[in-house]
Amino acid sequence: MNDMRRTEPTVTENTTKMQARKVQVYYGDNHAIKDVDVDIADKTVTAFIGPSGCGKSTFLRCLNRMNDTIDIARIEGDIRLDGEDIYDPKVDPVQLRAKVGMVFQKPNPFPKSIFDNVAYGPRIHGLARNKAELDVIVEKSLRRAALWDEVKDRLDAAGTSLSGGQQQRLCIARAVATNPEVLLMDEPCSALDPIATAQVEELIDDLRSRFSVVIVTHSMQQAARVSQKTAFFHLGELVEYDDTSNIFTNPKDSRTESYVTGRIG
Amino acid sequence: MTDMMDTSANAPRRTSLKGNSALVARRKRRERLLMGVGLGAILIAFTVLFILVASLVSTGYTAFVQTQVTLDVHVDPAEISEEQLPRGGFQNVLTRSVLDLLPDADPETDLRAVRGILSNGAQFALRDQVAADPSLIGQTITLTVPLSDPYDQLNKGNINRDTPESERRLNDQAVVWFDQLDQAGRISTPFNWALFTNADSRFPELAGLKGALVGSFWVLFICFAVSFPVGIGAAIYLEEFAPKNRVSDFIEVNINNLAAVPSVVFGLLALAVFLNWFGLPRSAPFVGGLTLALMTMPTIIIATRAALKAVPPSIREAALGLGASKQQVVFGHVLPLAMPGILTGTIIGLAQALGETAPLLLIGMNAFITSAPTSPFDASTALPTQIFIWADSPERGFVSRTSAAILVLLGFLVIMNALAIYLRNRFERRW
Ligand SMILES: Nc1ncnc2c1ncn2[C@@H]1O[C@H](COP(=O)(O)OP(=O)(O)OP(=O)(O)O)[C@@H](O)[C@H]1O
Ligand SMILES: [Mg+2]
Repeated sequence: MNDMRRTEPTVTENTTKMQARKVQVYYGDNHAIKDVDVDIADKTVTAFIGPSGCGKSTFLRCLNRMNDTIDIARIEGDIRLDGEDIYDPKVDPVQLRAKVGMVFQKPNPFPKSIFDNVAYGPRIHGLARNKAELDVIVEKSLRRAALWDEVKDRLDAAGTSLSGGQQQRLCIARAVATNPEVLLMDEPCSALDPIATAQVEELIDDLRSRFSVVIVTHSMQQAARVSQKTAFFHLGELVEYDDTSNIFTNPKDSRTESYVTGRIG
Repeated sequence: MTDMMDTSANAPRRTSLKGNSALVARRKRRERLLMGVGLGAILIAFTVLFILVASLVSTGYTAFVQTQVTLDVHVDPAEISEEQLPRGGFQNVLTRSVLDLLPDADPETDLRAVRGILSNGAQFALRDQVAADPSLIGQTITLTVPLSDPYDQLNKGNINRDTPESERRLNDQAVVWFDQLDQAGRISTPFNWALFTNADSRFPELAGLKGALVGSFWVLFICFAVSFPVGIGAAIYLEEFAPKNRVSDFIEVNINNLAAVPSVVFGLLALAVFLNWFGLPRSAPFVGGLTLALMTMPTIIIATRAALKAVPPSIREAALGLGASKQQVVFGHVLPLAMPGILTGTIIGLAQALGETAPLLLIGMNAFITSAPTSPFDASTALPTQIFIWADSPERGFVSRTSAAILVLLGFLVIMNALAIYLRNRFERRW
């Protein structure tokens, strides 16, 4: 016990939730991710930034094995969730994705009612024993996504009938409803206006108390506002990974500096 | 020099918005030409369609009415007895009641000719009525029965009174008799329900489509019941679960080829396999349905795969991202969204199958059968093969019935295609 203490100093704020080592991703011959090592801390917001096409989405999708659905994608290396190798052949990607939820860049509600959208995850994972429990989960999730007040009177309306920003918050509520341990968000605000963006950012900050959140963003301000850790990707490589304040005020790599100051990207 | 450059190339061109430069004029001309060609094509298509339907209607409309005569029939106990009903002299009784209406006809010498005025089926109508109510024996009842084909055609104007008697199907005497009946107010031309309630017959005035309609129904039912689940199952497997490799490419190419195989080949296959090898009954809608299912399956597979492909990947990602299994994604999200497209493809495939003739001819569904099938294993015809049979019959009555049957078939096709279009519009792009 004491030995443990000494080898793992308690200075780090949070325990590591996910750990990636020497991750390579190939799309056919295209080497899209090269040798990426990242530790994603628990109860922390981690931002992935970098110029378009540098592999942020690709890496994000490795963390919940969404790349498995792309035939030509090939992943090497080691990614662990709570110390468990998620690419172990015995791991069921379906179980993994229940723990590592995802919100996509484009709002993609199911063409079902608002209620059914949020209730879908809890239903397939058996999180509610009866309708009353399900109602509670749906309301709680919609409240967390700052959408409850807008839709509480029309839970039967189609999810697709909402505005773009509302749809995105619905997708967040849907992801939150399955009670994931890690929430991956790929440019969740790119379709939103400043007000909705602010709401989502507030929500992300709030989610941090329960999940670890990984967010891909093109907005430096957003990364600076919501994240505690920032990873800068460039041409498939992880150039720099540090506390957000360091990345923005005191970058070690010149490429990071020119990107955050707006000279490349 | 530099000034020149400035004014000619770089300076903004100040042309009016309504200006008609040579470039604009040429572009407009091309647009007009394209529009003209398109309109012309549509015009040609519509003209051909119009000619087709018009010619069918002009020959077929007479089959939708049937000339009938109303008789006062004395159900003579001397001819008809309750005990020996099947052998009763119904025809004699009817002929006598016609003779009553024709004062100048000789009951002895003209008997055969007068008998020929009525349809051969008239006696059965009387027999059925008496069998249903034996108390009619001895009474005089009013009965409306169909005329035989020549008189029917005379009434419909298909037999010209001005042609010389020797070249006419009815002699002058017969025409006079018909006119006498007409003047007595005995002739009527109501809608020909028998066209839909009678099965086939040797006599055109009695021949109807019931056998063919029921046969076609069974054929389509079997065809749907086989090709829909199998087609969708195959398409889902190929599209969603099968690994993408040489084998699946090979299968895909062959399914597309299968869709292009001429239907007569499927008929030959069915003849060899279903009839000769499995020993299934000839002329049965069951076999017809199986044969057409072979033909329809590729259509359904292709339509289903296209519909599955058209479901946006974002929906799959959303469900997968929530931890849904592949099977939950496919059956919970993708398939429901693809259903309208699948149904549209299926209906179009079935409409094709409804009009298909060659394979049914090969398995003997063009037999002459005078009763509607009661199960898919009874011998039967189908609409297209019925048309084929009637088109082969020389009587004038069958010529118009052929056209009428084609109109009925076209009617069903139009309804099915309209349903497909309705489904497509109703459920299009809800995501
Ligand atoms: N499905 C795919 N098939 C083939 N190549 C892909 C696929 N998705 C991404 N790539 C390639 O991988 C590289 C990284 O793409 P990725 O989408 O991860 O970039 P990104 O950083 O998310 O960019 P953006 O900020 O524009 O979203 C690119 O070169 C891209 O062409
Ligand atoms: Mg991206």
